[in-house]
Amino acid sequence: MTFINYASREINCKIVYYGPGLCGKTTNLQYIYDSTAPQAKGKLISLATETDRTLFFDFMPLELGTVRGFKTRFHLYTVPGQVYYDASRKLILKGVDGVVFVADSQEERMDANIESLYNLEENLQTQGFDLMKIPYVLQLNKRDLPNVIPVDELSAELQKKGEPVYEAVATNGEGVFDTLKAVAKQVLTELRKG
Amino acid sequence: MAETPVIIKEHHFQQIKTVLARLCVESAARVVFLVDRDGQPIAFHGDIGDMDTTSFSSLAAGNVAATSSMAKLIGEDVFPSVVHEGERESIFISVIGRSLLVVVFDERSTLGLVKLRTKKASHEVASILEEVAHESANRSFDESSFFAEITDEDIDSLFS
Repeated sequence: MTFINYASREINCKIVYYGPGLCGKTTNLQYIYDSTAPQAKGKLISLATETDRTLFFDFMPLELGTVRGFKTRFHLYTVPGQVYYDASRKLILKGVDGVVFVADSQEERMDANIESLYNLEENLQTQGFDLMKIPYVLQLNKRDLPNVIPVDELSAELQKKGEPVYEAVATNGEGVFDTLKAVAKQVLTELRKG
Repeated sequence: MAETPVIIKEHHFQQIKTVLARLCVESAARVVFLVDRDGQPIAFHGDIGDMDTTSFSSLAAGNVAATSSMAKLIGEDVFPSVVHEGERESIFISVIGRSLLVVVFDERSTLGLVKLRTKKASHEVASILEEVAHESANRSFDESSFFAEITDEDIDSLFS
């Protein structure tokens, strides 16, 4: 839920990175964190297991600049991708303003993508949101790997509503900021509609 | 479609700050926060030192979200408050509708005192937040047009 504070002249929005386990959600956040100026970001909090798998969520606040005198701050979250952390995923979607679905482009992860996308729709519904109406971007990650499905095939399978689709290699940052920009733009456009 | 934005006006913000300041003194707390249940920090009063208040708010919300879900699993509707007691610093969180009143205190105070004072402050905060919710839902023409005036160039300039 967007928070607008007239006293501190701030707009705060929440963006959630969703997707199957090991698709690169945390890597997206890590890249954004590593390549942002210190004054524009807060700490990157990772609630992870000992083996660095996301247990509850990753979180980082990112300040993009000012719009009409209001500081715009995006709170970026990831969900744990593993199937059995569904209760946590539901909680993180509360009050979401925009969603990025990070798909793993590898052939053997296609079923996991479809299952996770279905899970996203279902969990959004339980929080009172409709995927068809919420700001939403699809990222096709891991495009550098040898066994990837062609982009048009992957898009045909995963695209839900003509949302922007970005190819990405989150490990080296390719497509990471394009994805963030696309979803942030949709969130602010939604705010404009009122 | 996303939910209606919450709009906090200057006078509501000052009212909230006044309640937090009083609670901070009366409960002998180190710092008092008001946080939205989705993790957005709303206001705070007290000694934050070098604490990262944004991360703190997000984690407090995550904490309450997790314990509330645990409550449901054991047949409770909600845990209205959550306490974490440390060796030196402790945290008391009171759930007020869709917001959290978070009190951080040390050995200069006691859990009993914090609970007592927070109860009173919770009622005051709840009524201010009710007004905030009401006014957010009935945005005036001026506010709507302010956001409607945001142009594509304004948005693009954020990423330049």
